Amino acid sequence: MSYQVDENGFYGPYGGAYVPEVLYPNVEELRLNYQVILDDQDFQKELSRLLSLYAGRATPLYPSGFLSEKYGANIFLKREDLCHSGSHKINNTLGQVLVAKRLGKRRIVAETGAGSHGVATAMACALLKLPCVVYMGEVDMVRQAPNVERMKLLGAEVIPAKSGSKTLKDATNEAFRDWINNPDDTFYVIGSVVGPHPYPDMVAKLQSVISKELLDQVPSLTGKNFPDYVIACVGGGSNAAGSFYHFLDHPEVKLIAAEAAGKGLDSGFSAAANLLGKEGILHGSKTKFMQTPEGQVLEAHSVSAGLDYPGIGPLHAYLHDCERVKFLPVTDEEALDAGIMLSKNEGIIPAIESAHALAALEQIHFKLTDVVVICLSGRGDKDLETYINYTAAKN
Amino acid sequence: MSNLTENRLSNIFKNNKKKISIYLTAGYPNLTDTVKLLKILESAGVDFVEIGIPFSDSVMDGPVILNSHKKALENGMTLDFLFSQLEVIRKNISVPVVLMGSMNPVYQYGFENFCKKCGDLGVDGLLLPDLPLLDFKKYYQDFYQQNNLAPIFMISPQTSPTRLAAIDEAGAGFLYAVSSSSTTGSSTKMEDNIGYFEKLGNLKLKNPVAVGFNINTKNDVRIVHQYADAAIIGSAFIKEIEYEIDESRIIKFINGLEN
Repeated sequence: MSYQVDENGFYGPYGGAYVPEVLYPNVEELRLNYQVILDDQDFQKELSRLLSLYAGRATPLYPSGFLSEKYGANIFLKREDLCHSGSHKINNTLGQVLVAKRLGKRRIVAETGAGSHGVATAMACALLKLPCVVYMGEVDMVRQAPNVERMKLLGAEVIPAKSGSKTLKDATNEAFRDWINNPDDTFYVIGSVVGPHPYPDMVAKLQSVISKELLDQVPSLTGKNFPDYVIACVGGGSNAAGSFYHFLDHPEVKLIAAEAAGKGLDSGFSAAANLLGKEGILHGSKTKFMQTPEGQVLEAHSVSAGLDYPGIGPLHAYLHDCERVKFLPVTDEEALDAGIMLSKNEGIIPAIESAHALAALEQIHFKLTDVVVICLSGRGDKDLETYINYTAAKN
Repeated sequence: MSNLTENRLSNIFKNNKKKISIYLTAGYPNLTDTVKLLKILESAGVDFVEIGIPFSDSVMDGPVILNSHKKALENGMTLDFLFSQLEVIRKNISVPVVLMGSMNPVYQYGFENFCKKCGDLGVDGLLLPDLPLLDFKKYYQDFYQQNNLAPIFMISPQTSPTRLAAIDEAGAGFLYAVSSSSTTGSSTKMEDNIGYFEKLGNLKLKNPVAVGFNINTKNDVRIVHQYADAAIIGSAFIKEIEYEIDESRIIKFINGLEN
């Protein structure tokens, strides 16, 4: 069984490129060139130089004494939070902005939810000298205000998305609209494994550096060839795709994805696309997302802006259907509690997105010998206010 | 494809008269306005009409049409309701009707059932901008054919000659040429698109060409009619009916577009 995209851009029934004709030539240009560029030795050399010297890779695989004791297994944190920009997003944006330059594009647009992808895109653009426009939901601009200021300081223009729920879905719509209006010179740097083919595959490949490093780190720290578990949070699913990538064909590695259940799966305020969604066409691909019976997209809810998206990448929809990855729901409260727990006991403040992966530990029964890797996809500095308000409300 | 028998859309393009088409959003400004608007547009001499199926996340559209979608959905518009409204149209309305919209609502309704319903109700064409040509040919083409429904595709200034030939081959009714690379209702000047229109005019296409997007004035229509078979007015019309449906105002608006 293959978990790779097929020649038409599909993972089983999911994927493809459902874009209006105006965007067809752009998507086609990228489809014809992305693999050639990614395989090019000079490109690889430049990207790996930037990933190590600029972004700070390889990121450590840190054995968490606290979590190991609490959950009775050997638990490791893959410290993507230590990447420059504060999250794994920089792995993808450096790669895509380099691809854009190879294609001769002169302007970058991006969408952002929590601001992590926006900041990482703004950094890559500042470094590689391309103008950058980031669309961000108006609601997210308020709850992630520090990231808005960071993007501006980095020279990016931040444009509020004012339609719909004013969150990630709407920022994505606006970025697509910008691209439609500027197809000649603009490259759309998508932040997750979503969008029309070849984006899901390209982003997964750029993020696969996470699991590539694990292939060396796990044996040298544990003596085992592979971890028993890899756990990651999923919104669109880029850090999960990167963390799972090199283990997909090794069924002995159990892969767990934590979906944002918001206020609970049955609450009507959730963002668990695989658990609550239905197959349809959104943002350029056939995938699963939360929608009404009439096919109108539902507004998602998650305390974490980065997971506050009604859909999921087509690869994950497929991995869910063929049961290669187990998807677990994690509520806002469970994630916040897990984030606070890690802060107090390990001195690491995780992004609320990543805290969903930590909270999933509660739902799994481990053996003492199990080696468990959690992708700590980002740091929680951007979430201070949410943590503070939550703690204050509890006390 | 596509050999359509007695399709109203194909029929009207048999003569060389330059045509005007109006886009309206189903269920806008009020839920039950669609049929009323069709009647007014027919009496105003509009050659064919496009009815937009509202979608929560239409990426092709600019603020004016987006807002009409939002309002229509708030009004409670669904495909079932639209179909129930369209049941009466063919009793007294003969203007050709094209349904247009994002693919997902159609996909959820069920493509085959959707096409059958369109055929039963006398819908003449279907335009889904995010439906890939490949999917159309692989899965859906027969449903169009069986229901005498013209498959309408978009072309843009970015469309390559080879691809244009493939689209022309697959499509019927007319080709929908977007006037420039933009979302609907943007501020592009029609004069700036003349180079593209000239190129289009020189191609030997099988299908008639209708130009849409950003057509606001009589002069815009005049420019389009110099090179193409029809001009489609969307956002400018939606603005006209934003507050109320005033028949004489609509007729004046339509007459004001004709040269």
